[in-house]
Amino acid sequence: MGTLLKRHRWIAPYALLAPGILWLLAFYVYPAFQMFIASFWSGSLEKGFTFSLANYTNYTETINQFAPQYLRSIVYAGAATVLTFLIAYPLAYTIAFKGGRYKNLLLFLVVAPFFTSFLLRTISWKIILGDTGILLGPIKELGVLPEDFRLLATPVAVISGITYNFLPFMTLPIYVAVEKVDIRLVEAARDLYAGPWRPGGGIAGAVVAGGLAAVLGIVFAWPWPILAAGAALIGGAVGWFLVSESFIRVTFPLSLPGVFAGSLLTFIPAIGDYVNAEFLGNPDTRMIGNVIQNKFLTQNDYPVASALSFTLMAAILIVVAVYARILGTEELTTTGRV
Amino acid sequence: MGPAGGTVAARRPGGRPGGRLARLTDRYLLLVYTGLAVIYLLLPVAIIVLFSFNNPAGKSNFVWQGFTLKYWLNPLGVAGLGDAVWLSLALAFLSTIIATILGTLVALALVRYSFRGRGATNSLIFLPMATPEIVLGASLLTMFVSIGSPPFFPLNFFTILLAHIMFNISYVVVTVRARLAGFPRHLEEAAMDLFANEWQTFWKVTFPLILPGIIAAALLAFSLSIDDFVITNFTAGKTQTFPLFIYAKARIGIPVQVNVIGTLIFVVAVGSVGITTLAQRRSRSG
Repeated sequence: MGTLLKRHRWIAPYALLAPGILWLLAFYVYPAFQMFIASFWSGSLEKGFTFSLANYTNYTETINQFAPQYLRSIVYAGAATVLTFLIAYPLAYTIAFKGGRYKNLLLFLVVAPFFTSFLLRTISWKIILGDTGILLGPIKELGVLPEDFRLLATPVAVISGITYNFLPFMTLPIYVAVEKVDIRLVEAARDLYAGPWRPGGGIAGAVVAGGLAAVLGIVFAWPWPILAAGAALIGGAVGWFLVSESFIRVTFPLSLPGVFAGSLLTFIPAIGDYVNAEFLGNPDTRMIGNVIQNKFLTQNDYPVASALSFTLMAAILIVVAVYARILGTEELTTTGRV
Repeated sequence: MGPAGGTVAARRPGGRPGGRLARLTDRYLLLVYTGLAVIYLLLPVAIIVLFSFNNPAGKSNFVWQGFTLKYWLNPLGVAGLGDAVWLSLALAFLSTIIATILGTLVALALVRYSFRGRGATNSLIFLPMATPEIVLGASLLTMFVSIGSPPFFPLNFFTILLAHIMFNISYVVVTVRARLAGFPRHLEEAAMDLFANEWQTFWKVTFPLILPGIIAAALLAFSLSIDDFVITNFTAGKTQTFPLFIYAKARIGIPVQVNVIGTLIFVVAVGSVGITTLAQRRSRSG
């Protein structure tokens, strides 16, 4: 075997690759191709399906019909991505710069939720957000909120569920990027008069947080002026106290690859998710994933379901391709899950 | 208004302007925030554990009624739960072994050799991780349905296994490759200089060095497989894994035993990660 390998050295890498790559070709690439074919089917599961290009109507009709669910998926996944970023950045920053000898323990705690069932975790939020649950029960008891106020079965619950479930996907890549920032660069910036307070930090924080709350408020018809004002105050305070000039000019730009990687790793599973919408939402919060799952597994409407999920896949692959062109895939694959 | 150096020196003793408040926020605000974030992350896990001791009146386990150990003493006492758990374990075990072997070979090829088609291989590894699970599951389902005419390809344990190996390969490659990247090549060269052949070099030098990476990859693959819901939902047919059992019961009320099993899986997973970490630390320092 040794001599054979020596004589045909070029074979070695292909021999190592072959089994794994063939598996992916057979069970990732080919099925995706088959799904594309299936999107031009007509017929039923009982009678069999026939292929015809005339069935392009599977695309035109369904995209018109399910535009609201597509749009909702983009809005929910986008909102959840922004929220995970806001929660994850300070967390990743603290673990990287102030974690000390607890760094590994803290990282472990961040991924620990993955060791329980995804479904059970999502169902736990049902208990937490319930109308008289741990969160709302005591507040209603105090009489601060009206009796009929609810979180469960609202868009807020769906978005918080997605935010919670994919938070580690955002935290880990940001942590890896922040960890790599050379602390000496930050010190150099400070020595070169980068003040601890960025004068505009408070204003920037207020605008970002207030704007986000206003958008969420308008989308979900909440009492948004109060929310937006509150968020602007908190954001302003955070910006004023924590955001230093050296952070804005050195640390944050250097950690951007991690932010981009985390955003993609959060947005992609979020936009296809249907578990959070099913457990925490109501019929008006159905996302495109719910439609695809229902068409495939309940109605057995394979052609339309294939068209819907192929559209989703194509849209995501375009985003990923643009991303990979600009930033490369190395950053993503080296900072993936866990 | 002296030279720059003077100003820096003058600033140093008093610390940065805004000193005390700055140091306080720097030191405590972020730490308090991190503590809150960790509580937020672990709160649902705590709920799962807590409600495994609940004694609900009806079928739904959503409201705390009182403490009981009876479900812990009879963790598989619901029809179908035991079968589902064993099936999930078998699935996770088999898919982990196969995916870890295939993925490790790919990682070795990617790190050790330069060859034509490297870029395409990297993309092919990356794509399954960049595709939403629902698309992976749906495309596998259409493939199985396209094989044969009605009644079509049967969905069972075997089709779930094919799917789990598929999505695990990429994660194994990425994890093992990260470990191989900083690999001390000179140790292999030393072994070869000392007349070890390629086979001996691999098993005596390379393999022990990348073993921690392989173990980490296997743990990851196992945890992804045992918890997978979406892809399994599309490829299972009538077969029921533990996550599918939970999903099926969610409509009519989840038995408390599910929380018991969920807690057990959590404890075992945390324990095995803890043990591997400690063992690695010991072998590194010893």
